Amino acid sequence: MRNGKLLVIPTVAWLSIFFVIPLLIVVAVSFASRTAYGQIFFQLTISNYIRFLEPLYLSIFAGTLFTAILTTVLTILMGYPLAYYIAQLPKKWQQPALVLAMIPFWINFLIRSYAWVIILRSQGVLNTLLLRIGVIDQPLQLLYNDTAVMLGMVYALLPFMVLPIYVSLEQLDYRLLEAASDLGAKPFTAFRKITLPLTIPGIAAGTILVFISSLGMFVVPDVMGGAKSALIGNLIQNQFLSARDWPFGSALSIVLAVLSLVLIMLYYKALSLQEGGERNVKDLA
Amino acid sequence: MSKTWRSHVLCAYALAVLAFLYLPLLFLALYSFNASRINAVWSGFTLDWYSTLFQNRRVIEALTNSLLVAFISTISSTVLGTTAAIALNKYQYKWKPAINGLLYMPILIPEIVMGLSLLVLFSQLQIPLGKITLTLAHITFCVSFVVITVNARLEGMQPELEQAAMDLYATPFKTFRYITLPLAMPGIMAGALIAFTLSIDDFIISFFVAGPNSTTLPLYIYAMVKRGISPEINALSTLLMLATISLVVIAQLIQPHYISKNNEQ
Repeated sequence: MRNGKLLVIPTVAWLSIFFVIPLLIVVAVSFASRTAYGQIFFQLTISNYIRFLEPLYLSIFAGTLFTAILTTVLTILMGYPLAYYIAQLPKKWQQPALVLAMIPFWINFLIRSYAWVIILRSQGVLNTLLLRIGVIDQPLQLLYNDTAVMLGMVYALLPFMVLPIYVSLEQLDYRLLEAASDLGAKPFTAFRKITLPLTIPGIAAGTILVFISSLGMFVVPDVMGGAKSALIGNLIQNQFLSARDWPFGSALSIVLAVLSLVLIMLYYKALSLQEGGERNVKDLA
Repeated sequence: MSKTWRSHVLCAYALAVLAFLYLPLLFLALYSFNASRINAVWSGFTLDWYSTLFQNRRVIEALTNSLLVAFISTISSTVLGTTAAIALNKYQYKWKPAINGLLYMPILIPEIVMGLSLLVLFSQLQIPLGKITLTLAHITFCVSFVVITVNARLEGMQPELEQAAMDLYATPFKTFRYITLPLAMPGIMAGALIAFTLSIDDFIISFFVAGPNSTTLPLYIYAMVKRGISPEINALSTLLMLATISLVVIAQLIQPHYISKNNEQ
């Protein structure tokens, strides 16, 4: 196997052909124009990017950012206590509990959004129940609005938050908490001053995962949202499948991809700065 | 006293969050056995929706497509991902950061962007959308996950065994065949299982690159959901969910077993 080193070539070639080149074509298309019939012709223009600045699209973008931020905050509020609870279980229960929390992660967004449709639709589980008890006498419109989309997003992305927070809690040095308690710190103070700051990297990793996934989401709003609840993912989907404006769709997806990658890079930069900082502290000690 | 009070609240909160994660899925499964077609009112247990499902030619076709695509893309992506992970672990490369970047980028990029960029590629090359484009796309998004899984296994391995084999005059091929490959096998199997799960469950990327004759199960479910609610969707979703859960649990069972074995060495 003198040429074993070359074994990496097929994979690199594959990903170059089916990942890098397609992205480069999308970049090219995003600077192209289209004919009245939706055909692409390559005449250099930045009009697709400028069109993004129209109020309609800016408001969809703002709405997407708002949804992503709110989803992230809510998944932290729900995911952190769950991760904390799993991390303090006896060792042999931790792995099964974690698998339990992570299984929904593997089931696709489509099925998981549809599960909520079963519950929230006008003849769904919740309305039937409320009608039976007599709390309401008309079915409530629970589906196809922004609240439903928000619920679906949190539901879809919660497992993304639990795993990284659990990992950082699991690596926590519990002697620090014992020391704090020996020194008379109340449990909540110890949590606020020790546990929380030391698990910030986990929260940050979960935030990146949830935030980026919500930016590109189109399945949840497609299944659970109404016409008004479109996010940037739905806008992109429409440009490719209904509007047939591929240049504009390409420009939108380049904006989305660049935004996602910049966020990931910022995260790694912050992480390495923090590690550098910790090393400095250790050097001083 | 305050400590137990606190831990009870935490426990209740954690269980509530788990219930939030599982209740919708349980309702989905439960209503696939409900006799009523329209209402959420329970009107008796039935397996009718499952039997109509298996008599539906289009469902069987979607199932066949899903399995075929998953099977081919699992084998291909496992071979590609494993060779790359082994080579990267064994040899020094001048371009290693770039190669790593290329291998991990498909995981970091939003799925919708990957799906539409493949659509643009196939349409520019005038390749008609169908099972072939679908399989090519699935191989592409599975490779990175195989690389990560196999790599995690290889990094936990000690190089001494390979060195000992070489010292005993094993040829590089024999060392690979009898030492490296068996040791890496749990990682390769786990990687293959993950690839199969991702492929059979994928909706977003398939949505862009599938043609009219290459509908997979998730795509079929989407088409049904768009048309309206029916208990058949519940039945089909329940089956797909069960398949996914079993695969994930099997993958989990392979891994910790070998990790603990590894620690004993």
